[in-house]
Amino acid sequence: MNFEDSPEEAAYRAKVRSWIAASKPDLQELPVDQRLVWTDGHKNAMRQWQATKSDAGYACITWSKESGGAGGTQIEDVIFSQEETAAGIHDPYYITGLKMLIPAIRKFNDDPKSLARVPPAVRGEEIWCQLFSEPASGSDSAGLRTMAVRDGDEWAINGQKVWNSGAAHADYGLLITRTDPDKPKHKGLTAFWLKMDTPGLEVRPIKTMGGDSELNEVFFDDVRIPDDQRVGEVDDGWSVVITTLMNERAAIGQSAGLTWSDMMDLGASVPTDDGTVMDDPAFRDFIADLYVDAEARRLIGFRILTAISRGEPPGPEGSAGKLIWSGLTQGLGSEAVDLLGHYGIVQDSELSPRGGAFQQRFLWSAGLRIGGGTDEIQKNVIAERVLGLPGDVRVDKGVPFREIPSGR
Amino acid sequence: MPGIAGLSCKAGRGGKGRTLNFDYTDDQKALKDEARRFLADASPLTVARGVLDNPEQGYDKELWARIAEQGWCGAAIPEAYGGHAFGYVELCALAEELGRALAPVPFASSIYQFAESVLHAGSEEQKKAILPAIASGTSIGTLAVTEGPGALSVKRLAVRFENGTLTGEKLPVADGMVADKAVVLAVSSNGPRLVLVDLTGSGVTREAVSTLDPTRGAARISFENAPAEQLGRDGDGFELLQRIYDRAAVLLSFEQVGGSDRALEMARDYALERYAFGRPIGSYQAIKHKLADVFIRNEVARVSAYLGAWALSSDASELPVAAASARIAGCSAFWLAAKENIQTHGGIGFTWEGDCHFFYRRSRHLGLAIGPAKEWKRKLTDRLEVQRGAARAEGKAA
Repeated sequence: MNFEDSPEEAAYRAKVRSWIAASKPDLQELPVDQRLVWTDGHKNAMRQWQATKSDAGYACITWSKESGGAGGTQIEDVIFSQEETAAGIHDPYYITGLKMLIPAIRKFNDDPKSLARVPPAVRGEEIWCQLFSEPASGSDSAGLRTMAVRDGDEWAINGQKVWNSGAAHADYGLLITRTDPDKPKHKGLTAFWLKMDTPGLEVRPIKTMGGDSELNEVFFDDVRIPDDQRVGEVDDGWSVVITTLMNERAAIGQSAGLTWSDMMDLGASVPTDDGTVMDDPAFRDFIADLYVDAEARRLIGFRILTAISRGEPPGPEGSAGKLIWSGLTQGLGSEAVDLLGHYGIVQDSELSPRGGAFQQRFLWSAGLRIGGGTDEIQKNVIAERVLGLPGDVRVDKGVPFREIPSGR
Repeated sequence: MPGIAGLSCKAGRGGKGRTLNFDYTDDQKALKDEARRFLADASPLTVARGVLDNPEQGYDKELWARIAEQGWCGAAIPEAYGGHAFGYVELCALAEELGRALAPVPFASSIYQFAESVLHAGSEEQKKAILPAIASGTSIGTLAVTEGPGALSVKRLAVRFENGTLTGEKLPVADGMVADKAVVLAVSSNGPRLVLVDLTGSGVTREAVSTLDPTRGAARISFENAPAEQLGRDGDGFELLQRIYDRAAVLLSFEQVGGSDRALEMARDYALERYAFGRPIGSYQAIKHKLADVFIRNEVARVSAYLGAWALSSDASELPVAAASARIAGCSAFWLAAKENIQTHGGIGFTWEGDCHFFYRRSRHLGLAIGPAKEWKRKLTDRLEVQRGAARAEGKAA
């Protein structure tokens, strides 16, 4: 067991650290309200950053040089992203495309038209979003109803997607549709890629309780997609979904955000009669528990990446990591607003500690337990895939999709 | 009993700005597999039950002899002191398997606590005189610290070390009836000291006390001018004890991980074979989600223990923080796994004949050795403050 960088890793880390310091975008040049993620100012700065990374060979480190990558190792990729995070760079725009969707498209398609989308994605010229979830298809991810009907060389798409991260900022999307409702749920699905400005497609941002609009609804009104933008075989879209979800699990692991040390700073800043909240034994116990979980989550995240670097498929450990993360994040937000006392009700960029970041986390963490697989689905994954317990009783198994009972 | 897929630790990450190779080596894996096979044969739960039903034995002598024969007692003791010097990660691997087997032997007292005390604080002469017999298992040691209810306090220590003799009472002393040597925390005119005493010598009276986990015995030990010698050079005994406890915390956390895994596997196996309302109870989400929660706590304990093993084996400056984390996570995981194992079994889990209560008892036995998680949470937060203060001072200096 060795927790130190090897000499090669240390050298690589030193190299990328100084390169990032010299090359990173200066967000302080932007107006204050444009420094936040999902604003045009921040997005354009990150687009430029992606191009800079691409020129220097840091865009897709593990990809081969022919594909626009650096032919590097998974460990190098992790080191680079650790150093990006340490340098204060938070870039949510390209992960979905470069870690999940483009690898899936390359796995299933080798035609020039599809492959032509790879270089602009690597350079950051094109942002991708995932078009999977639907109003009636959340945890039940194969229960989607957006229909694709073949019409000569193209497909006509009608239906609605929802909870699509970054769709309002995306140039392209990977879409899963139902092509045969007479087959069982998982069998009649087909995947396509498409431009987000295709006629008939409309994106409507959703304002969440966190106050941001990262999530969107996407409506399809007779949207036409040529058959040469199909990903994989007709009715084999579920394989595409599984591939991207496996890639998603692999992409989990690095995250910035408030943690135990921020809570210690907050505790030390809140006065009591004879000291600060940091002197409160109950708060000190909370810090210890928070530290243990935050460290464990970090270690588990790394373990997943290392499994992948050995060529092993990412295992269900990712579910444990996500559950620990969502639990500790909501716990952190809750404890933070409580320790401020009645003052905790204030969410104000001037009056609240850290500009209201703790209040923001209190609100945002409710969604963390839902997005990317709910707490309950993650526990099912662990129970079934790790512990080998039976699946739930399934009333939809082997039943044609058309005949599956539904709510509204 | 088959293992649970996905439990083996493949890799993790250490301190900030580091990557790591976070796995047992092939040799360590082979040792761990061998230990599991050996204990499956030498220490089935019937052995623990034998001690439970006859607690005056204090431990299973035959099992102890067989473990000693394997050389495990000397796993982390240098060859110069009669050990085999396999290494600390190797000792951690053995601890995990001993924990999994609920082995009713004084390994934790004699190796994680007594041997570590002598190794960490003893003089060269003391190490040479004492450790060979500990490494061979012919001698059993223990650490005598507690004197009464409540958290350990230097202010309230009553056992005195004066003019080369010990006087006072320690209660409870884990494995105090079966050990022949002890390291004792005592007050002297110079402050707290760790002292070595021969428990078979003059001025020592022992009586067995009943314990929460009768497979692990304890004693009340009275000293009346018992000849004793200071362990190592002069030094604050309470401070030394904290360093020894950190080392023991990592080793105990591996026993806790082993026990937690076994308890979860028992619950899983029972949930698969027990039917209610026409289905295995393991198909109900009430059970599935409960056991998933247990799995998550076990994972937290595992990665925390692994980080501790690295810190212990490399004498890293991170040991105090890593040890406290491993301790807290280990206590929490084993307690959850043990109580939910009983709950998953229902009534049969509450019977004397069932094996579930072994885990429930052992989880708290280990959870109270070297102080409960509550005390370690205070230590952890104290240490995080010190660490951050040091990092800031360094930042300012630079």
